[in-house]
Amino acid sequence: MSTTTEDGGKKERNVPKPVFTDAEAGSQEFPSSTSRSYNYFTPAKRRASVYEDVTFDVQPDPERHLTQGWIYGFADGSSGYPKEWTALKSTDWHQFRDPNEEWEQTIYRNNANVVRQVQHNIANAKAAHSFAQWNRNWVDIVAKHVSAFAHGEQGIGMYVYTPAQRDAPTNMINNALAVGAVHKLRFAQDIILYNLDLSEEIESFDGQAHKETWQSDPVWQGVRRNIEQLTATRDWAEAFFATAVVYEPLVGELFRSGFVMQVAALQGDFTTPTLMGSGESDTAREQRGARALFGMLAEDPEHGEANKATMRDWLAAWTPVSVEAARLLQPIWSQLSEKAVRFEDSLERSQARFEGLLSDIGIETPKEAQTV
Amino acid sequence: MSRASITKAHTKIQELSWDPTYVEPVEKYATDYTFEKAPKKDPLKQVLRSYFPMEEEKDNRVFGAMDGAIRGNMFRQVQERWMEWQKLFLSIIPFPEISAARAMPLAIGAVPNPELHNGLAIQMIDEVRHSTIQMNLKRLYMNHYVDPAGFDISEKGFANCYAGTIGRQFGEGFITGDAITAANVYLTIVAETAFTNVLFVAMPGEAAANGDYLLPTVFHSVQSDESRHISNGYSIILMALADERNRQLLERDLRYAWWNNHCVVDAAIGTFIEYGTKDRRKDRESYAEMWRRWIYDDYYRSYLVPLEKYGLTVPHDLVEESWNRIWNKGYVHEVAQFFATGWFANYWRIDAMDDTDFEWFEDKYPGWYDKYGKWWEKYSELGVRNGHNPIAFEAEANYEYPHRCWSCMVPCLIREDMVVDEVDGQVRTYCSETCHWTDAVAFRPEYQGRPTPAMGKLTGKREWETLYHGMDVADIMTELGYVRDDGKTLVPQPHLDLNPKKMWTLDQVRGNTLQSPNVLLNEMSKEDRDKHVAQYKAGGPAGRPAPAPAEA
Ligand SMILES: [Fe+2]
Ligand SMILES: [Fe+2]
Repeated sequence: MSTTTEDGGKKERNVPKPVFTDAEAGSQEFPSSTSRSYNYFTPAKRRASVYEDVTFDVQPDPERHLTQGWIYGFADGSSGYPKEWTALKSTDWHQFRDPNEEWEQTIYRNNANVVRQVQHNIANAKAAHSFAQWNRNWVDIVAKHVSAFAHGEQGIGMYVYTPAQRDAPTNMINNALAVGAVHKLRFAQDIILYNLDLSEEIESFDGQAHKETWQSDPVWQGVRRNIEQLTATRDWAEAFFATAVVYEPLVGELFRSGFVMQVAALQGDFTTPTLMGSGESDTAREQRGARALFGMLAEDPEHGEANKATMRDWLAAWTPVSVEAARLLQPIWSQLSEKAVRFEDSLERSQARFEGLLSDIGIETPKEAQTV
Repeated sequence: MSRASITKAHTKIQELSWDPTYVEPVEKYATDYTFEKAPKKDPLKQVLRSYFPMEEEKDNRVFGAMDGAIRGNMFRQVQERWMEWQKLFLSIIPFPEISAARAMPLAIGAVPNPELHNGLAIQMIDEVRHSTIQMNLKRLYMNHYVDPAGFDISEKGFANCYAGTIGRQFGEGFITGDAITAANVYLTIVAETAFTNVLFVAMPGEAAANGDYLLPTVFHSVQSDESRHISNGYSIILMALADERNRQLLERDLRYAWWNNHCVVDAAIGTFIEYGTKDRRKDRESYAEMWRRWIYDDYYRSYLVPLEKYGLTVPHDLVEESWNRIWNKGYVHEVAQFFATGWFANYWRIDAMDDTDFEWFEDKYPGWYDKYGKWWEKYSELGVRNGHNPIAFEAEANYEYPHRCWSCMVPCLIREDMVVDEVDGQVRTYCSETCHWTDAVAFRPEYQGRPTPAMGKLTGKREWETLYHGMDVADIMTELGYVRDDGKTLVPQPHLDLNPKKMWTLDQVRGNTLQSPNVLLNEMSKEDRDKHVAQYKAGGPAGRPAPAPAEA
């Protein structure tokens, strides 16, 4: 049982006096004395990045160096990281690199920066008493709708991306999904803790209203259904695709950028958009990963056509779900007295983003996917 | 953030969860455990808003220490004997770390407690941190230590060496099979709560004693996340204990997980600490002493035994037998000797033991010299490149190459304890009764008459030697890729001398044929096999074959 503190530091033992061993690089010449790079994988560029070095092949693969095979199986006999856990196929899953090159240092640096930025903005707003400027209507929208949105983000982080990072066949993919998961969880928490701050700052702010809104306000039931269906999807690539490629542009961005970031300032709110912006930039990172992964699979020399057909099937299944979710959100736009932005314009922008993503991946927008 | 505001924030984030109504929950990872009646238990409170900056701060200290070590030329005073074993250790450990990340959804899916899910998700990203920070430490070693060979093929070596496979259980065991068996009992209740002490506290202490102060910096930073993980696991086991039907499974899994962790972790870490160190001061604790304190007292007596008040029977007999193997049966010494016997198939160099070492061992483990001293003298003698074969292939070493345990994959080194049985149509050898039970009884779709449809299976080519049966050692080493950049000098060496003329090459190992003890055993007639097994079990300690029985 651990007896260390949260800060580390068990009682240090006294150690012997240092002795000079001359065991530093270059002190002798012999075979391999200059072999100073991991030589068991081929880097994407000429030299391996730190990210590749610390990520590649940590999760072994019988198709690479794993000679004795996986040594534990599930009850059905499948073992390790079964390639059958998605309908998509690849001639070499290990080609995928996370375009964000996430590893320990980037994960903590980026997220800590976001946390500091968000807290800083909220503290400034408090100091300037700027929450007092909000009109009653906007207070209500933030309490209900902006806060309800956090549930969906939590659902994606915990029950879509977190299981997905167990399931993909390479460490490169799984680590990227794990980072996506904590982005979502952090963002969901940031929203709900912002809600807590607002409850303390604004007398009329109902800090509990979001629960009822999420659970039963008809405006949110399409989104909730979409999220719940994503959490019940067993194929990890389908879940990632339906989230990052379909849901995010059509629903997530529609609400974050298409609504909150467009209208908040006109309501005297300069804080909520910066918070939403952090969710938006996280999402953009996950979409870079999705573009790289699904693009690679669409271009696969052997399975590309079949993969594209599978992705088209997924689009046919998921686009209507997300379009429905988006359309049900429309009344929120109408709750504002001065119309800063029309719902149809926001949706059109989302549709364009969606089509852009699909064309980057290399698949055309099917007709079921026409939102406008 | 103050404690009060963390509590308030923690309570607030619980509002994020909801009960789905549009879909039936899917069981993504199967378990035979049930949590319907479980009262919810609170894990440690943690909010991502304070978590990320806290960890970033810890990282900055680690990176600062790394810069300092390079500027201060730490490697001028590290012991090569120690650093060589890091080629094995640091090739294995990033995989268990990342596997722990992958295990989190297994626990999340099984346990209906959203509050706990938050703690488990933070553990997931902690483990990504641990895995990549350790890979980065190894990269630094590769760049700055005198002999990078072995570090340069690290993850490949992990994937194709028998020693990597032994270590891989401590990782694969977290992510495959029954979700609770894997992600709670094996990973958290046993591996993290019991064995991270020797991994993350004993190892750093030994590293520092051998001139390496970077490993302690990184591993203490890793260990500081561990109390949260232990708390997650403890909440889950308490929830499981609330349902009578789980008790039988918990008792099975504690037996399996305890024993497998003992077999694997004590083999590896015991060897690193006892045979990888140059620190032979009498007041430095032996691995046995550390084990007694951290595992027996701190874990077994203070953590495991108190669980009995919930009606659980903990595996007292196996804890005692583990100690018996370490203290009386020479488990760690037998394993270290086996690693050194098998040097020709490794990807690191192994130093011989000298008189200073002998004296220390004799002091710490009375009777050690009579058992192991002669063999280590032979190892020094046969480590010299002068025309003979690797020690494993020289009869004068007086060492019978061992059978391998089908379950834990450490060889059956305590010869008298070996169990032989025909399981799944194959004659298999096991290091112990419990390892036999693990394969023949525990990892099956039925346990004590009750269906256990979610229980995992032992799979794979579990006896490494089977892959190379009848092959020449030079060809094996070429195939494994354990050859240096001149195309002939081996990565592993039975000594630390880097003079190219003294280093073994493919030429010195060519002409030796590897045989699989398991293949040979299966080829024997029943009668021959019984004789062979009786003879084998009469052998030891230190692998000494028993005298041949007098012919009737
Ligand atoms: Fe860890
Ligand atoms: Fe065993």
